Amino acid sequence: MVGTVAAAFFALPLVGLLWRAPWRDAWGYLSSDTALTALRLSLVCSTWATALSLIFGVPLAWILARARFRGRSALRALCTLSMVLPPVVGGVALFFALGRRGLIGQWLDRWFDFRLPFTTAGVVVAQTFVAMPFLVVTVEAAFSQLNQQYEDAARTFGASQWYTFRRVVLPSIKSALIAGSVLAWARSLGEFGATITFAGSFPGTTQTMPLAVYRALETNPEEAIVLALVLIAVSFAVLVGLRGKWLNAAGASLSQASR
Amino acid sequence: MRPRHLRLRPLCLAVALVATGCSSSKPQPATAAAPSISGDVTVFAASSLTAAFTEIGTAFTSAHPETNVKFNFAGSSDLVTQINQGAPADVFASADDSNMKKLTEADGTPFTIARNSMEIIVEPGNPKGIATVSDLSKPELIVVLCAEQMPCGKNARAILDKAGAKVTAKSLEDKVKGVVTKVTAGEADAGIVFVTDVKAAGVKAAGIEIPDASNVISNYPIVVIKASKNATAARAFNDFVASPAGQAIMTKFGFLAP
Repeated sequence: MVGTVAAAFFALPLVGLLWRAPWRDAWGYLSSDTALTALRLSLVCSTWATALSLIFGVPLAWILARARFRGRSALRALCTLSMVLPPVVGGVALFFALGRRGLIGQWLDRWFDFRLPFTTAGVVVAQTFVAMPFLVVTVEAAFSQLNQQYEDAARTFGASQWYTFRRVVLPSIKSALIAGSVLAWARSLGEFGATITFAGSFPGTTQTMPLAVYRALETNPEEAIVLALVLIAVSFAVLVGLRGKWLNAAGASLSQASR
Repeated sequence: MRPRHLRLRPLCLAVALVATGCSSSKPQPATAAAPSISGDVTVFAASSLTAAFTEIGTAFTSAHPETNVKFNFAGSSDLVTQINQGAPADVFASADDSNMKKLTEADGTPFTIARNSMEIIVEPGNPKGIATVSDLSKPELIVVLCAEQMPCGKNARAILDKAGAKVTAKSLEDKVKGVVTKVTAGEADAGIVFVTDVKAAGVKAAGIEIPDASNVISNYPIVVIKASKNATAARAFNDFVASPAGQAIMTKFGFLAP
């Protein structure tokens, strides 16, 4: 019964959007350049952000799960901070670090004539900053509930550390990797605040789908609804396509880890 | 003696609304209704009015101690949507006439309380030596503008067109503060924003004036909302903004008289 209420709570706003959607003009809005450009940019950027989250997030999750050192919980808090930080603040913080006058950014500008703000790379950086913790948290939970004896066994048989990681550890956390990637991808796809602050909003370069929806809301709310529905449809298709089993597996590993 | 007198004048005018103490003040439109005004007044105002209206709110409540003014500052078009969807507003102040026209819940005819002109916003000290609107078309400059859907963007586009300047903005911001942030953070070299925005940025930015002939000026209309439960106080607030005391505060923040 309570579960039904929860389901309705998620379904009703969606029904509201469908109810108010201007179906007659929908095709016109959809096939507009703005919508297609923004959708393409969104898909490209969030896929990149997910890839970067995997490349950097998995080793980080490993350290958090396995390494024993002072300040580990402080490091974990630091790495998941961007989950609770208002994204707009995250965007400003990225300025101070990677902007033209930022701690690192000023050297990128001076030595390589390279600037992240107002570029598609800037969008990817903003999305990665916000989305990576979702992957790190999921994968860390899987790492820490992994039985270390299998790894020890592999090492005893002479497998190198890298081989063990590749052939023993990674396969056992596969579902967590997929679940974490999906979460990070979904978070990137919906990212708004950090993107608009750090990367700005320009069609084709930095105006992702959520930014296009926001822009449309100012002038043509009907167009905004259509664009939002496209974003929802794409995310829904991906989440359903990956099926519940991956997410369930990760959920189980999360709950075991917390025990 | 003279400067001190000038500084005291707005306060004196504000006090005049409760006690008819200051002999130098002119008759106030709000004075007549003063005794019966009380309760909450919820003001939905354009974000560019944030600083000025906050101070006006304080002055208004000290003139009418029985009242309590609450503000909701956001983009004019967001506010119109909220009010048309039934948000509990008593007063709406817009940053342009076209958003005011979209309001279906106005009680009576809106009137203009201020005007605002545009300025080029640059980094402090103007390191790129920008002097005119045409300078913005230099390819080495990083220029950021508001989206043309927004009043600030519409005005900026009109100004650039008048000057015949071809400018490719690096970003088209959804909020005028977005342009300000990009310049104050040092990411953009210049943008076109309202004079009041440059003033609000203080020492973190500098403004390059745009001559009247090539400038675009926006009206700021205000109106009471139909569903207001406290229309008397709401009307008194609007009159207060139009009064010399209110106008003195508006001018202080860079607004032009209506």
